[in-house]
Amino acid sequence: MGAPLIELVNVNKSFSGVQVLFNVNFKVYPGEIHCLVGENGAGKSTLMKILSGVYPYGEYEGEILIEGNPVRFFSIKDSERAGIAIIHQELSLVPEMTVYENIFLGNEIKKGAVVDVMEEIARAKELLKKVKGEEISPTAKAKDLSVSMQQLVEIAKALSKNPKVLILDEPTSALSETESENLLSLLKELKEQGVTIILISHRLKEVLKVADSITVLRDGRTVAYFDCKKEEVDEQKIIKHMVGREITNLYPPPLSKPSDEVVMEVKNWSVVDPKTGRYLVKDVNLKVRKGEIVGLFGLVGAGRTELGLSLFGNLYRYFVQGEIFLNGQRVHFRKPADAIRYKLLYLTEDRKQKGLILINTVKENITLSNLKTLTKQMVIDELEEIAVAQNFQKKLGIKARHVEVKVSTLSGGNQQKVLVAKGLFVEPEVIILDEPTRGVDVGAKYEIYTLIRQLAMEGKAILLISSELPEILGLSDRIYVMSKGRITGELKGDEANQEKVMAYAVI
Amino acid sequence: MRSFYGHLKEFLRENVRDYAMFIALLVIMIVFAILSGGDFLLPVNISNLVDQTGYIAVLSIGETLIIVIRHIDLSVGFLSGFLGAIAAILMQFHHFSAFTAILIVLILGTLAGLLNGSLVAYLRIPAFVATLAGWLAYRGALLLATKGPGTIIITNKTFNAIGNDFIPDLPFLKNFMPGYHKLTLLIGIIGVVLIVYFSLKNRNEQARRGFDVLPWDMFLLKMVFISGLLLYLTFTLARYRGISWTFVIVLIVTAVYSFITNRTVLGRHIYAVGGNPEAAALSGIDVNKITLIVFASMGFLSGLSGVLFASRLQSATTTAGTLFELYAIAGAFIGGVSASGGVGKVVNSLIGAFVMSTLTNGMNLLGVDISLQYIILGLVLATAVIFDVATRSRGR
Repeated sequence: MGAPLIELVNVNKSFSGVQVLFNVNFKVYPGEIHCLVGENGAGKSTLMKILSGVYPYGEYEGEILIEGNPVRFFSIKDSERAGIAIIHQELSLVPEMTVYENIFLGNEIKKGAVVDVMEEIARAKELLKKVKGEEISPTAKAKDLSVSMQQLVEIAKALSKNPKVLILDEPTSALSETESENLLSLLKELKEQGVTIILISHRLKEVLKVADSITVLRDGRTVAYFDCKKEEVDEQKIIKHMVGREITNLYPPPLSKPSDEVVMEVKNWSVVDPKTGRYLVKDVNLKVRKGEIVGLFGLVGAGRTELGLSLFGNLYRYFVQGEIFLNGQRVHFRKPADAIRYKLLYLTEDRKQKGLILINTVKENITLSNLKTLTKQMVIDELEEIAVAQNFQKKLGIKARHVEVKVSTLSGGNQQKVLVAKGLFVEPEVIILDEPTRGVDVGAKYEIYTLIRQLAMEGKAILLISSELPEILGLSDRIYVMSKGRITGELKGDEANQEKVMAYAVI
Repeated sequence: MRSFYGHLKEFLRENVRDYAMFIALLVIMIVFAILSGGDFLLPVNISNLVDQTGYIAVLSIGETLIIVIRHIDLSVGFLSGFLGAIAAILMQFHHFSAFTAILIVLILGTLAGLLNGSLVAYLRIPAFVATLAGWLAYRGALLLATKGPGTIIITNKTFNAIGNDFIPDLPFLKNFMPGYHKLTLLIGIIGVVLIVYFSLKNRNEQARRGFDVLPWDMFLLKMVFISGLLLYLTFTLARYRGISWTFVIVLIVTAVYSFITNRTVLGRHIYAVGGNPEAAALSGIDVNKITLIVFASMGFLSGLSGVLFASRLQSATTTAGTLFELYAIAGAFIGGVSASGGVGKVVNSLIGAFVMSTLTNGMNLLGVDISLQYIILGLVLATAVIFDVATRSRGR
């Protein structure tokens, strides 16, 4: 086997004071396919960004060794020079440019001062052949290609730099079954040609098909290393390490029992991305009862957020099929305002971009969705408005000097509480909470959990979308698990455990 | 207890952006007063200055809201010129009354604004392009409307009064304070009393609820400053012929737009759409509807501006409205509107428009060469925006 080609030793990394990687060790041998697995937020992408120079030397602690020699990368260019190429999860082709322009973007082939277009097209053809993308025309525009074709162009682009190591971050999350198969066999072929490959994925079946070795990360720590040639590895074994997180009694106990009354029912709900024509959500059926907290778990690309947004008036104009029933009555929402009128509310995972108006005050944010109730002949009753905002501030414990300060000055946890207050002001019956504790510190998390319990006690029907397994298990009366846009499992809260849920999520 | 200077320093540091254009306006006026040997401050000149600003000021107010929702409207200058010509044609050639002609022009303006708004909101055409098309088309329309006579002289006295006449005085006080326009004084004093009363009431209410309020000395300073400025303006205008009809219209428009933006749901929704369109849409606000309303208001104000200008010149000319849109936009930016959306006050834009016209008026008075005038205006605009960006990023 010899010496590792790449070795990361005792890597530590923090983002503004929050440590995300703890003494991580990671090694890859030449000529193998190495898989890096872990839950969302385990630190996989961060680790690969350190290896590829996205986070430059000095922003992390620890050492990178290539063929035994310590190296320092100050930029992506440095890592490319050392033979490392990375393909990020988000495809990064310029849609309006042609395939060959994209492949050589930043590394243009020049003849004197001008770009040698003929040579670029010829080289692009060779590279596309190498990735089994002969049917792609080098002069087509990137936006006219399917997602899987764009992926091949990305790989061709990476190969144009003649890398020793190719890193792929969740390359199959946007692909269909057959497309994934093709991609995996391509990776095997590249391996035969001597390219070492690091594959980040949570599709364990795929991982087991191609991996020569596997590293499992959990909460920023290396928890397992498997050499697939020496030992028998199966899904159960990996899942056990992925989810071995401690569930502390961080979760407040239920305050009430859910009733039998179904408030929201969704039937045969499918969502198609109009740009790519792919299914984001497929044939989803679910029910939420009065006073019930229903967890919806899924890993990256499972389609949870798209499900939530499409139910809530479909702002992003997906193609949608299916039926929503509220209290037994079929409803149809053309915009978020319709959903709000019917007391269905979705609280976004992205509070800064889609949830709050950061340059406005706490008061203005809280009342925005339902200002009409505070008006007399079109004029806002400011005293009443302030009273409402102060009420929420007290009830939710929003830490702000007063309600007239700008939301941008609050901490993440308090911003999240403002978002929740904003939602509650429309007095919803059904609340879809999308990652309500993302970017929130531990203390504020507990307060938000307590609040969710209280809402359930008040009889609200709650659909809790989260990629944090302990959170789902700690709060849910019932759990749906999504993978690739489908609901792959349904569990009662008391029968569920981490292994069972994760097994459905990695299907 | 901290010192007056301590308070002043803190006040200026925290509110520099909100009051900068007031201070700038004051400084500019003082400089011109000194350089012109007092001519600049003559009542007749101040009165003229106010009337010259009117037709740009109403456009600045409209552009403020347009820029707040992250768009721009280039069509308003020639739209205003064209609508002024329509008013002239209706009155001169078809014998409409001034009232009907104005009403028709305002309606046409609103419709033109709705057209721009629909292009932007529903067809997703960038506002710059959609309104540039309008700029071209309305320029052509203006030339077409004035094709025969070239300049249409307006003889309707009621119409011409808007741009040239003043409100009547109280008839029963002929012998009291001769040489002063009594009604103007009365309005000015009542205005100042109301402003002080409501500011005081508001401050007390906020202090009672534990919000941040200005310390007493700063509050008094602000009140003295504002009252002083308004009383000075009142007395100056009263020594000439009083408040002009143009100024009355500008004050009403400012008051209505201030009220809408500060106190109504519509105003709140406009700023929400500007601050974060996605969050606004997910809060149940109809972003397209807001866009449509804001462009319609801009069209309405273009009509008003056209009326003010035609009435001031007592005619419709082939070049009416030239560059109005750019002066209006400059006024809004000097007043502190942010191009990244969601920020900008109507009153401040009004002051911004006054800064622009004060500069022009003062430099004309001093006989500054026109080439130099444009360069100075450019420098002032650039300085204002640089200052704006610098103070804003420091606030973060």
